[in-house]
Amino acid sequence: MKTAIEFENISKQYRLGLVSTGTLSHDLNRFWQTKIRGKEDPYLKIGEENRRNTKGQSDYVWALKDIDLSIQEGEVVGIIGKNGAGKSTLLKLLSRVTSPSTGIIRARGRIASLLEVGTGFHPEMTGRENIYMNGAIMGMNRLEITKKLDEIVDFSGCERYLDTPVKRYSSGMTVRLGFAIAAHLEPEILVVDEVLAVGDAEFQKKAIGKMQSVAQSTGRTVLFVSHNMGAVKNLCEKGVLLENGCIAYHGDVHDTIHQYVNMLQTDFNPSVEFLSSASRYFNFTSLKIFQNGQMATPSIDVFDEISFELEYKLEKDDFGHTIFFVIEKEGTPLITLSDTFDNVHLFKHRSKGRYLCRFKLPTPLLKPGFYSVSLQYLRPRTRSLLDIDNALSFQVSLDSRHAFDAGFAKNRKGEIAVNPHWDIKHFG
Amino acid sequence: MTPWTTIIKPKNKLFFVDLKELWAYRDLYFMFVKRDIVTWYKQTILGPLWFFIQPLLTTIMFMVVFGGIAKISTDGLPQALFYLAGICLWQYFSESLTETSKTFIENANVFGKVYFPRLVVPLATVTSNLIRLAIQISLFLMVYVYYYFFKGTPLNPNIYLLLTPYLIFLLAGLALGFGILFASVTTKYRDLSFLLSFCIQLWMYATPVIYPLSTIDNPKLRFLMSLNPLTSIIETFKLASLGTGYFSWWGLLYSSLFMLVIFFVGILVFNQIQRSFMDTV
Repeated sequence: MKTAIEFENISKQYRLGLVSTGTLSHDLNRFWQTKIRGKEDPYLKIGEENRRNTKGQSDYVWALKDIDLSIQEGEVVGIIGKNGAGKSTLLKLLSRVTSPSTGIIRARGRIASLLEVGTGFHPEMTGRENIYMNGAIMGMNRLEITKKLDEIVDFSGCERYLDTPVKRYSSGMTVRLGFAIAAHLEPEILVVDEVLAVGDAEFQKKAIGKMQSVAQSTGRTVLFVSHNMGAVKNLCEKGVLLENGCIAYHGDVHDTIHQYVNMLQTDFNPSVEFLSSASRYFNFTSLKIFQNGQMATPSIDVFDEISFELEYKLEKDDFGHTIFFVIEKEGTPLITLSDTFDNVHLFKHRSKGRYLCRFKLPTPLLKPGFYSVSLQYLRPRTRSLLDIDNALSFQVSLDSRHAFDAGFAKNRKGEIAVNPHWDIKHFG
Repeated sequence: MTPWTTIIKPKNKLFFVDLKELWAYRDLYFMFVKRDIVTWYKQTILGPLWFFIQPLLTTIMFMVVFGGIAKISTDGLPQALFYLAGICLWQYFSESLTETSKTFIENANVFGKVYFPRLVVPLATVTSNLIRLAIQISLFLMVYVYYYFFKGTPLNPNIYLLLTPYLIFLLAGLALGFGILFASVTTKYRDLSFLLSFCIQLWMYATPVIYPLSTIDNPKLRFLMSLNPLTSIIETFKLASLGTGYFSWWGLLYSSLFMLVIFFVGILVFNQIQRSFMDTV
């Protein structure tokens, strides 16, 4: 088998904070140190690993460090890892959106990226014009697109709107058209980053099917980044697990996912502090998870009472806001809770200061599996938003005292566990 | 074993422009040109008529302010023709420069997601502006015909007219060179874009658009004016079409060399920036 892509000693460094202030002085300093005095680059030296929950010593951070990886032709590789592990950076380097700080990448064949569908759509142009435009951006020529036009239109299901400006399209239609173009590109190497998160369920199914057939029938190489372990397991045969910018595991996809799950488990932390003070209005301080009223352990049982404690700080008086609390199961959102939108009497003016809010989940609710919590702060009208993805993750398992074949055992159908009161009468 | 087709390294060679790759993306180039033209006047009542109205209004304004109030000489030529000749060329240059200087900032969204040779975008901008120039030149011709045949104004179109395509090529090269230079620098230091719009305004007054070079008597000032690479281009066009103006092969040679230098400096800086600008923009 031939190697399709080869990463050799790839590193990528980013500078944190505001880039536009002080860069001139940094640039001058760098120039002075490296070119005039012949020393090592002062800023490259102090870069450190990318851990976002601890505050770093320097302004520079390695998003990727010393990546050596080779991918065989025809492989479908899932790239997984926590947020900030470097997955997207890896794909960005490969799709040449940005260049590596060190190292070299070699590849055979045309690389097309599906970083976000509908890239380069111009709202004033019609669907047809945009198909040509988007195809050209992805490196197809006019003839190729004309040949595929019918197929693309068919796949997207936008035939009626082909000569309507794209600005009149619904967002779902835009996504469909974008994916249809990309799916018919036929590059030798396809790079996909979480596109499947958008679009309706029916279209997602179609898109996954298309990607699978592309990979299997034509022997193309596909790199797929996702948080959705289900999709990764379905699509990929190989997996790469990234951790803090380094490769933690590379091998069979099931083993890789297993490693990832283990990593999440050993990393379990029932109490997370948020250090950043990104917003002028609002900042999260900490989030804690409790199991039966005590600090949670790595193994929470389905029948344990789960409660959360969220601490936040209002930097200014606030006329009303909400916190969305999203529980995701293995990358797929399961429930969204809102403190004040779901309980209107709580939506009111709050003065500046620190706040603590607690809530309990009904018991049982969560089936065995891996869960993560994302936080979102939203102020209506001003649209100021603060997001923390994967703020905390935890595992729910089914303890041995309950039968392994309980209705909400992991392998049974369904996504949630509830145990209603059963009334069984003998009446005849 | 088939050889590697794509090699991604931290840095490219300084002047390296992959012409083969540019050629492979020619369809994208045409799509960008088309996009520019299609979207210029979408959702306006007058649509493409604005191509005519803009230079017409500018000319009338110049006639009132510079011709009427300030009474600046037009070398004995009809004011409308004199101004229009300058405005057509000047606007092509200034519009191309302004638009190419926004290459990175306006396209950050697309550049952040897919790769294609970035140079396609400024090249397309300069080309689509050519269409606008062509329409404005046709307006100039209409006014020209009116004065030549109906008013009997003595105009002397001459052999230098053959130089016109070359003059436009020079303008395009200058606009592209300066444009990509500014586009690259503004990704890091945003304040330069304010400077640019100010500079372009001043630059017009330093170029013989609203006055003929012949009104400048001071030899020192005249020398300074000849340092402006646009001076000889616009003067040559006025001489070729209207019969009065100043022409010298040395001036044209200077403009050509200037264009080459600024073009290569532009490419050099552009090459450095385009590979990492997503990290700084």
